[in-house]
Amino acid sequence: MYPRQFEYIAPASIEDALAALDDDSKVMAGGMSLIPLMKLRLFSPGLVVDIGRIPGLDEVADIGDQIEIGALVRHATTATHPLIRENATALAMAAALTGDVQVRNQGTTCGALAHSDVAADQPAGALACQAIMVARSSSGTREIPAGDFFVDSLTSALEADEILTSIRIPKTGPGEGSAYDKLGRRGGHSDYAVAGAAAWVRTSNGSIADARVAVTGVGTRPQLAESSAEALIGSDGSDSAIKAAAEKAVEGITVLEDLYGSEEYKTHLAKVYVGRAVRAALANAF
Amino acid sequence: MTINGRAVTADVEPRTLLVHFIREQMRLTGTHVGCETGYCGACTVHVDGRAIKSCTMFAVQAEGSEITTIEGVADGDDLHPVQEGFWERHGLQCGFCTPGMIMAAIALLDENDNPSEDEIRHGIEGNLCRCTGYHNIVRAVEYAAAMIRGVEPPPPDWEKGS
Repeated sequence: MYPRQFEYIAPASIEDALAALDDDSKVMAGGMSLIPLMKLRLFSPGLVVDIGRIPGLDEVADIGDQIEIGALVRHATTATHPLIRENATALAMAAALTGDVQVRNQGTTCGALAHSDVAADQPAGALACQAIMVARSSSGTREIPAGDFFVDSLTSALEADEILTSIRIPKTGPGEGSAYDKLGRRGGHSDYAVAGAAAWVRTSNGSIADARVAVTGVGTRPQLAESSAEALIGSDGSDSAIKAAAEKAVEGITVLEDLYGSEEYKTHLAKVYVGRAVRAALANAF
Repeated sequence: MTINGRAVTADVEPRTLLVHFIREQMRLTGTHVGCETGYCGACTVHVDGRAIKSCTMFAVQAEGSEITTIEGVADGDDLHPVQEGFWERHGLQCGFCTPGMIMAAIALLDENDNPSEDEIRHGIEGNLCRCTGYHNIVRAVEYAAAMIRGVEPPPPDWEKGS
């Protein structure tokens, strides 16, 4: 299967890449999401701007109270890099469960986030870890909180003239931890999430002082499960408190049936995986 | 780019997929085209040492890279230990998935030459065998891992008795 014909450039700098963008172009990093869509001819950009050869975008950096993950950092690196595992555990766990070995070797974390699939793993991790998306255009740089980034199915807050050049994540502080878990479409952890959840907690004196919970695969976009987080905050993190919070996993979220599960089943899974993610986040926090 | 150590140069359309470049322009047909959607892994090759699916990469993305295909893993007439493992432990039935399985297994063993059965199964999660011959594929990889470590491979299942 060949995609439709297109023009291709591989600029040597981010400035050149930004200058080439227009309404008929698409940015490609690893290509793991874009190329299958182009082969199926579901999407046929006139110009592919391959940022894969731009130096410096493949770095994971310690930038003080945050870590920064560049646009070309691959899933395999996100899954294993010590800085990410320590400071964005949920994102690293989600990256480890993204695609398969070959996909993780080629696809990028920022690419998966920009693609904004409703059932992707890493958006949930980014939401729970409070990632800041750094979007560059020819006219400047914009920082977009993860909570505002995932707009709709395959739609992020990025404009056509912007490139997601990196994401920044606050470093893990004392008593903080996060985690991600899912049921994959092919069972176990394989493939996109039928439903998945990420959780981040800050514990203090035996109770949960702050929390964020995010779900993926169940609605129109990966999104924060705010009711679950509110239920956790101030609780003692006991099994009954976690269960009560998990019960609110899809409160305020429109659950949609798809090929992989009914609304009822996905609602059930969301609760199960919110519970598992919170338990694992708590275990990581101590 | 180089393919199996040989420098090659060619002009391609941007939409030429790496697998088609390898098979049709380089005439290396050991790399198979299976599902064409990135699921089956029959097209797995190594790009700069990383196992990737060549049906989901444009040839232009691999410009300047070092490519290894199934044709490049044996040393002359000496099979790669993973190839030998597939031979010795009957790791194939129809053989269609085999080149991709072997390339995925080599990448796995490059990182971990003593994987558990679970790690082997995770390491080949991106490769589908429609004969469902996974059992013997796992045994083949275990055999190869032992050979790479220089230890006696586990006996074949058919010599273990019931």
